Amino acid sequence: MITGNDAAGLGAIYAGATVCAWYPITPSTSLAEAFERYARRLRVTKDGKRLYGIVQAEDELAAIGVAIGGGWNGARSFTATSGPGISLMSEFLGLSYFAEVPVVLFNIQRGGPSTGMPTRTGQPDILSCAYASHGDTKHVLLFPANPTECFSMGAEAFNLAERLQAPIMVMSDLDIGMNDWITDPLAWDDTKVHDRGKVLSAEQLDSFRETKGRDWGRYQDIDGDAIPYRTLPGTHPTKGAFFTRGTSHDENARYTEDGGVHARVLDRIRRKFDTASKLVPKPEVSVRDKSSRIGLIYFGATRPAVIEGLDLLEREGLKINSLRLKAFPFTSEVKAFCAAHDQIFVVEQNRDAQMRSLLMVEANVPGDKLVAALSYDGTPMTAAFVRGAVLNRLRHDKQAAE
Amino acid sequence: MSYITKPVAHHPALKRNTLGLTHRDYEGTMSTLCAGCGHDSITAALIEACFEMDLPAHRIAKISGIGCSSKAPTYFLGRSHGFNSVHGRMPSVTTGANMANRDLVYIGVSGDGDTASIGFGQFCHAVRRKLNMTYIVMNNGCYGLTKGQFSATNDKTSPSKKGEQNPFDAIDLCQTAIQLGAGFVARSFSGDKRQLIPLIKSAISYKGFAFLDVVSPCVTFNNHPTSTKSYDYVRAHNQAIDKLDYVEEKEEITADYEAGTSLAVEMHDGSKLVLHKLNGSHDPRDADAAIMTIRKNAARGQVATGVLYVNEQQQDLHDVLETDDRPLNELPMAELCPGSKALDGINARLR
Ligand SMILES: Cc1ncc(C[n+]2csc(CCOP(=O)(O)OP(=O)(O)O)c2C)c(N)n1
Ligand code: SF4
Ligand SMILES: [Mg+2]
Repeated sequence: MITGNDAAGLGAIYAGATVCAWYPITPSTSLAEAFERYARRLRVTKDGKRLYGIVQAEDELAAIGVAIGGGWNGARSFTATSGPGISLMSEFLGLSYFAEVPVVLFNIQRGGPSTGMPTRTGQPDILSCAYASHGDTKHVLLFPANPTECFSMGAEAFNLAERLQAPIMVMSDLDIGMNDWITDPLAWDDTKVHDRGKVLSAEQLDSFRETKGRDWGRYQDIDGDAIPYRTLPGTHPTKGAFFTRGTSHDENARYTEDGGVHARVLDRIRRKFDTASKLVPKPEVSVRDKSSRIGLIYFGATRPAVIEGLDLLEREGLKINSLRLKAFPFTSEVKAFCAAHDQIFVVEQNRDAQMRSLLMVEANVPGDKLVAALSYDGTPMTAAFVRGAVLNRLRHDKQAAE
Repeated sequence: MSYITKPVAHHPALKRNTLGLTHRDYEGTMSTLCAGCGHDSITAALIEACFEMDLPAHRIAKISGIGCSSKAPTYFLGRSHGFNSVHGRMPSVTTGANMANRDLVYIGVSGDGDTASIGFGQFCHAVRRKLNMTYIVMNNGCYGLTKGQFSATNDKTSPSKKGEQNPFDAIDLCQTAIQLGAGFVARSFSGDKRQLIPLIKSAISYKGFAFLDVVSPCVTFNNHPTSTKSYDYVRAHNQAIDKLDYVEEKEEITADYEAGTSLAVEMHDGSKLVLHKLNGSHDPRDADAAIMTIRKNAARGQVATGVLYVNEQQQDLHDVLETDDRPLNELPMAELCPGSKALDGINARLR
């Protein structure tokens, strides 16, 4: 038995995170506190020196600023927050996106808008996180369903952040984060190495031209995966220095006002999202009936309720296939699932069917296929709700047909 | 405004420091600021200071916010990594960078808008955290980049170029820094290289939060005869309270300093700061007196410059956090990740 926030804090320890900055806000506070508690136990040398740094910042702007500064300088860095904090962190998320600085952000969602329901759960930040910050931005989101996944995905988020050189948001919520869950034991594979991404050492800088056939430039797409090579401050006396900036820049990190160059860099960063769709965790697909044309998509904490709801329906003779999203961008499996079904329920805990919108816009799923099943009263999802939402809609369709 | 590279050919007669580097190795790209902008003089002083201190440029990180002043790091230390972050948030980015690697020299560059308004909170908290950095405000009393609006450091008595009166009292960043516990606080003038260079060197050598407020006239928007941040005004009202000699570790103190009128402060890196008092009584180790000195001079329309305050007990954020002596970003994963065995134990306790 463990809470999602405890598990996520421990995940950050296992990921090798060393810099944490946060500002207290329910329901995310206990995540940073868990990191510190575990760090005191697992990250102190024999002579009492700490192998981590944690600061309670003056606000969320500073919290993410600290995490971005740490990520820029090559330490695995993160922050944790909830709705109002996401709004404040928005400008910095755009910087991290555009300047391509790795950072991990745990969003323990609660009921919004505004101060909303700080002590109730929800999934209302899907769109504000997917497109956080002004300008053209698009971010990688992970959706853990329980504390076990808060641990594993929490750790994986750091690999993705460094691999993709981008902000990665782990979208937990109050229900997973603060409640004790009976969940699978936390698992760690010692043979899997931490993916530190494309960071050049002094030797690699010296031999870059030789090995890659081209000169290094901070934002050059050398490998065709849209991910450039980065360098850390202090690495080499004469090579690899560059000026990180949120202003428009060319492939060598130089300031530019050339619209063509600006568009070219934006296009490459968008292509990085295609690479991301191949790296993020694949969805959990459950086929109850191969020939069924009815599907259901869900994500996060609603998992037990959805599975139980689908079991109830199956007992009543209705077999519905399901797909649990684990990440945005959507992987090829998501698109295939949507293509294979004519009617797809999208179960989520917000008023505006935000995940349904995202599926329409980002996976090109026709809206008339996607049926919103929405609960946003701040309480955890129930099996009865899932069953009711499906049956009501099918009854309604039947009546309309008659 | 675009990127201009400078030719890198070295004249064989150029002076070299002990690292074999010339001035040119500490320069950046060609400045795109207005000709005569004070910020360019501070840039030149920074280059000179780093050159003379024999600092390996790649071990310096320069971080800034947004503004003409925050653009300045492009124009010095081309061999250093730089980070032009977002408006007013240089302190938080520097905090994270410093937490990640305690071994680099951190030079933060900001403007009076960047620090005294949008970033005032971050500035205060960086001071409180005793961040080991040199924090330079290029202070021109206005928002240069957005075309000259009053900033919060502009004196109430100082109208705009168009003659509009400034309705609000100025924030004095040095007083704020001293009050919040900054370790080293100095004020200078971009037009006084002789004073500025040793101040920059001392600030870099100081372990802890070193703050430099440098009055740096904006020739385009705030250099008119009625401005108190103009070249003419500051030249006429500059009240140096002490004269600073920065003595490097390798040098011996040779001059005979008169007891009672001079003071030597040992820096963390072995260098020394020798201060000669110019107007009698000011003792920079006394925070209350330092604030009084600033206020008394300001009341007479004078700008007190020099080392205003120095805390000989040098302490930084890493001392407070008790972090390892090695940079956190260099720790091997084997030391950071407890592994599956430890996780088995944790799982067992959660059952
Ligand atoms: C969030 C945000 N708000 C406003 C701006 C616009 N802006 C850019 S620089 C600046 C003021 C700069 O003044 P200062 O820090 O004094 O620098 P100076 O140009 O005078 O050197 C403002 C308001 C911005 N970049 N970001
Ligand atoms: S506008 Fe003012 S601050 Fe900006 S570059 Fe010109 S003189 Fe300097
Ligand atoms: Mg200014």
